[in-house]
Amino acid sequence: MNDPILEMRGVSKTFFGIKALRAVDLIVYAGEIHALMGENGAGKSTLMKILSGAYRPDPGGEIRIEGKAVRIEGPLGGRAAGISIIYQELSLAPNLTVAENIYLGREMSRSGLLARGAMREGVGPILTRLGADFLPSTLVAHLSMGQRQLVEIARALHARSKILIMDEPTTSLSAAESERLFALIRQLRAEGLAIIYISHRMDEVYALGDRVTVLRDGRLVGSLDKPEIRADTIVRLMVGRDVSSFYKKDHDPEAGRGHPVLAAIDMADGQRVKGCSLTVHAGEVVGLAGLIGAGRTELAHLIIGASPKTSGRLELEGRPVEIRTPGEALEAGIAYLTEDRKALGLFLDMSCLDNINLAVLARDAKLGWVLDRDKARERADRAFAGLSIRAANAGVPAGGLSGGNQQKVLLSRLLAIAPKVLILDEPTRGVDVGAKSEIYSIIDNLAKAGTAILVISSDLPEIIGICDRVVVMRAGHIAGEVTRGPNSPLTQEDIMALATGMEHLDA
Amino acid sequence: MPSNGAAEAKPASTTTNGAAAETRRQRMRMLISALGMLPVLLILCIGFHVLSEGRFFTGQNLGIVLQQAAVNTVLAAGMTFVILTGGIDLSVGSILAASAMAGLTLSKLPELGMLWLPAALLTGLGFGVVNGALIALLRLPPFIVTLGSLTAVRGLARLLGADTTVFNPSIPYAFIGNGSLTLVPGALSIPWLSVIALLVILVSWLVLRRTVLGVHIYAVGGNESAARLAGIKVWAVLIFVYGVSGLFAGLGGAMQAARLYAANGLQLGQSYELDAITAVILGGTSFVGGIGSIWGTLVGALIIAVLSNGLILIGVSDIWQYVIKGLVIIGAVALDRYRLQGSART
Repeated sequence: MNDPILEMRGVSKTFFGIKALRAVDLIVYAGEIHALMGENGAGKSTLMKILSGAYRPDPGGEIRIEGKAVRIEGPLGGRAAGISIIYQELSLAPNLTVAENIYLGREMSRSGLLARGAMREGVGPILTRLGADFLPSTLVAHLSMGQRQLVEIARALHARSKILIMDEPTTSLSAAESERLFALIRQLRAEGLAIIYISHRMDEVYALGDRVTVLRDGRLVGSLDKPEIRADTIVRLMVGRDVSSFYKKDHDPEAGRGHPVLAAIDMADGQRVKGCSLTVHAGEVVGLAGLIGAGRTELAHLIIGASPKTSGRLELEGRPVEIRTPGEALEAGIAYLTEDRKALGLFLDMSCLDNINLAVLARDAKLGWVLDRDKARERADRAFAGLSIRAANAGVPAGGLSGGNQQKVLLSRLLAIAPKVLILDEPTRGVDVGAKSEIYSIIDNLAKAGTAILVISSDLPEIIGICDRVVVMRAGHIAGEVTRGPNSPLTQEDIMALATGMEHLDA
Repeated sequence: MPSNGAAEAKPASTTTNGAAAETRRQRMRMLISALGMLPVLLILCIGFHVLSEGRFFTGQNLGIVLQQAAVNTVLAAGMTFVILTGGIDLSVGSILAASAMAGLTLSKLPELGMLWLPAALLTGLGFGVVNGALIALLRLPPFIVTLGSLTAVRGLARLLGADTTVFNPSIPYAFIGNGSLTLVPGALSIPWLSVIALLVILVSWLVLRRTVLGVHIYAVGGNESAARLAGIKVWAVLIFVYGVSGLFAGLGGAMQAARLYAANGLQLGQSYELDAITAVILGGTSFVGGIGSIWGTLVGALIIAVLSNGLILIGVSDIWQYVIKGLVIIGAVALDRYRLQGSART
């Protein structure tokens, strides 16, 4: 093989005496897609920040680009060395145009005035090369998430970067947008770029990666070449032990049938949800699948009264209920885990203890108003033990926890009300592999205890792994249902066919 | 999974060590953030004591400082509730004036005179609830709403006294303005104004830290959308905090009226809102909401009072007092930011 474009040898990083990276060697070649995997806290982002110039590595290590030793310093250091990073939260200014964003920080000017026309022309060829379907003069605010990602890539190409690092680029993309992105990444590979692709999602790594490097606890624990890339191998490297059954489903799929707990009938909001009905039985885990924008989260919001409905009614255990606010939903025993735990779920500055107890404070309170602190502490301790939440103690702010532990804190708040119906919206998004499998067994145990569970997820292997049947939405409607028979397991193909409207073609 | 027990034992023990270190760091951090501006307050006190050649730490001077801090402490306590939800209340000075005017006017009526105190409190509460209702129910920005009532309530305050100064030399409960509570006869007594301020701080602490409502206030300030989804009645919390701010402004008005035996709708409470906001910010409460404590506010209010008193003691001119106070405020908050770097949100 030719010479590596990026060579990191023995790179370490210490924060206040804690080793975040220990002598990591990373070698990346031009024209390859190099997947970087590891649980949250494994050192992926530290490594990335060293390459971007945000952190300076400990002395002793060495970084070479195209064979030359380099020192990457300051926020522009990475770009100067030919490295561009596309972060999970895109760093575009929505109030500026595509061209202005691409030129941000390096604006062209003529005699002191901004040369808008020249900038628009300058980005034209790159946008064409990327197959963009928008103009350089379009405001970024008007673009979809997929199109914004394209702008970020265009910015990297425009800076003549040779190494492109992408951090979970598909988190906010629909399946179709992800597919387009993958095609583009492959095109860039063919053009000779080196791409470091960071992802939690096995299927993406499987589809894209030429090589996979796995980090654990700041150490490089293995590099796999294409033929060796297998889900079980990667998972074993990431968690450091065998994961015999990653998805856990011990509950009896037929147990609760015949005893419907939640029935939503003809729900509509006049915009994104157009007359949806579904039923969830006791002890049953129902998947709600569909492409991004199909209206799944919106339907969940209608059920719990977080947004106003134009039609539809709910039945809980056979009796009609009227739910107008999330508070009423909780009182009725319907709990909803939001897909956006930082913006809509957790209180990052408040302690885990308060976060866990929030929904039951009033119920536990003495004299109706005075906090029962002993009860709260007990409840938090039980949640910490029961869900194996890892934090120094229940008093630390929730914002300091890792994604998986934050999710478990939020889940504990919902479980505190002992819900009859639990609606989980992307329960494992941004959660590392270890915590994922723990969340699956929590779901499984709840189903065993008779809770009716609705899981919204874009991760098809997850839906298939943990659900008893899958309801599929498409463009605001229920497109159909995929059920598991004795001889016919749930398949990704059946679900995708319904989600994309391809099932008519098959018939 | 018994087979995994041995394999898991080692990582588990390192986690415990890490957790212990983390706990120690957390404790340290909590201690630092709990102390907050207290060191600054103590340094100021000692500095003024030295510079004024020993005239600061005298019983009489400390009494004056406490008395001067009292009204601002009460206003700042209300302001703490509001700022904890991420809001602001610019109208407290005007509400204080209107409440004092309403109280004094009523106190001159022979049969109803004794009711002037509750009347002042209710006036403040009323204006506060109106502020809260506009903010919570019509979803108007707090800055705009309270900027409006800053002006409108000031007008009402002038209207109440027909734009004159209202006097009542024989106002009932005058002792709260000028009397002292004797703790040790002949040796130690505290002005009633300060006793009230301390009670207000204590009650605020109880509400914020020991009631369900208190957690809900922090929750609304920390993340309003999440609070709504968690079933918290955000509108009720907002009406409550602006109601409390109004009520405490009314109490401040009553304290001023009892102290001065008089009130003027135009002059009383002018720009008091700024001192109240300053005290809250000095106390480490985040302007974004969700973080802060009432004890910090008390320290902040005391810093302002000590600064005014100390600068007079050492004979700094009125003009320079403004400059120095402003710089101390900016410096203290800059210090705070520096100190808290690396903690809080991730």
